[in-house]
Amino acid sequence: FAGLADVSISEDIPVEGEITVPVGSHSPDEDFSTLDEPVRDTILRDLKAVGKKFVHVMYPKKSSALLRDWDLWGPLVLCVSLALMLQGGSADSKDDGGPQFAEVFVVIWFGAVVITLNSKLLGGTISFFQSLCVLGYCVLPLTVAMLVCRLVLLAGAGTVSFIVRLIVVVAMFGWSTLASTAFLADSQPPNRKALVVYPIFLFYFVISWMILTFTPQ
Amino acid sequence: FAEFDDAANLLAANPDATTISIDEPVEIPKNQHGRLQEPGREEDDELLGTDDSDKTELLAGQKKSAPFWTFEYYQTFFDVDTYQVLDRIKGSVFPVPGKNFVRLYIRSNPDLYGPFWICATLVFTIAVSGNLSNFFIHLGRPTYHYVPQFRKVSIAATTIYAYAWLVPLALWGFLMWRNSKVMNIVSYSFLEIVCVYGYSLFIYIPTAILWIIPQKVVRWVLVMFSLCLSGSVLVMTFWPAVRDDNRRIAVATVGTIVLLHALLSVGCLAYFFDAPELDFPAPIIPAHNGTTVVTKS
Repeated sequence: FAGLADVSISEDIPVEGEITVPVGSHSPDEDFSTLDEPVRDTILRDLKAVGKKFVHVMYPKKSSALLRDWDLWGPLVLCVSLALMLQGGSADSKDDGGPQFAEVFVVIWFGAVVITLNSKLLGGTISFFQSLCVLGYCVLPLTVAMLVCRLVLLAGAGTVSFIVRLIVVVAMFGWSTLASTAFLADSQPPNRKALVVYPIFLFYFVISWMILTFTPQ
Repeated sequence: FAEFDDAANLLAANPDATTISIDEPVEIPKNQHGRLQEPGREEDDELLGTDDSDKTELLAGQKKSAPFWTFEYYQTFFDVDTYQVLDRIKGSVFPVPGKNFVRLYIRSNPDLYGPFWICATLVFTIAVSGNLSNFFIHLGRPTYHYVPQFRKVSIAATTIYAYAWLVPLALWGFLMWRNSKVMNIVSYSFLEIVCVYGYSLFIYIPTAILWIIPQKVVRWVLVMFSLCLSGSVLVMTFWPAVRDDNRRIAVATVGTIVLLHALLSVGCLAYFFDAPELDFPAPIIPAHNGTTVVTKS
């Protein structure tokens, strides 16, 4: 660039402007840090987020709130309560009974991870934890079904109670599958939707089977 | 001279890819057998696809070029659409006599979606159907208490996944070994063998559901029927691959494949489904005139 060495800025052109960088005011009231707020506020905020997601699952509309701010508290609470309620099943021997706590946990979490990997391998655009979040939250109808089943079993274990339990479990299974499909189907490539929905169907079917075959001692 | 650079880079990336020049005659692979061509042999070559094996090898080499530690490498095994999976399932249930499943349906695009989810479905179908069938068989017994038998799910899972992965591994190793001794055997890649085995297990899903029917004759007819269907898919896939070998070894290989398949289905039937004609002591029915009548069912 030897030719440019003798270019100089003419002195008739005024150069003006500001070179100070505006610094934001650091008053504590406007700060977005959550470090100083009371613990009650922090917990309530998270609880409200979880509660809002529960409402979204029960009335599935195509809103993106469930996907955007994922959290795994809800799935953890649901999984633990479902696994606890599935305890106390009858067993003649240790090998013949219903699923143990660890087995329910593994089935739910391992199943959700496998389904998420499957949808990502097929070319889905959803992120790993968002998918886990949706699958975990959509276990809510089945947890409600488990609660209802236990209450019905308190009344008796005959044929009528079995039919009632069957209807409730089938309805909740349909609700879970439809809810999770409503949230997840949009992020899949269009000619592979069935390939992604089928494992979700199988996952909730297995959980429904565990709920339906629960027999108390 | 950018084109030469690209060609050199491509060749460096795929040193095993065959480069085809335009005027190479396609008939050369067939004439290399060095003996008289019977018409049946040409048809079987079409079965094996040796006339376009160069092209498929080139395509296969170009497809899976991502290194194995990246996510994209594994995505290439799930590169199937819904209709392709359904076609492959249809091909495993209705085997066309004379057509090779691998060449017809898989065509160098083996997928892991089918084998994995068919095995998963089969595991839960067998466990659930076995549980249901035992429930219906023992329904009349007064001392029977229903148990969900959840442990059997893990046993079913171990058995079926071991069968679907270890047997193809052994078969692939065996075919590779024979391939090094006898030059003309076309060997399939490991994933293609896993694919064939996975899709051939699909027929057992409706079979397991129908096994709920507590009649011994019905169950054994179902065993025979499903074994014929899925066994024929396997036989038609592997017979052209071992036919050129020593006669006895070829027959022994195909016989072992069918035998293992039969063992799987008979073993599942025996372990998960109780025999329907066990003689249970029937409930004592009090008759009207006070005497009790014990009836044997």
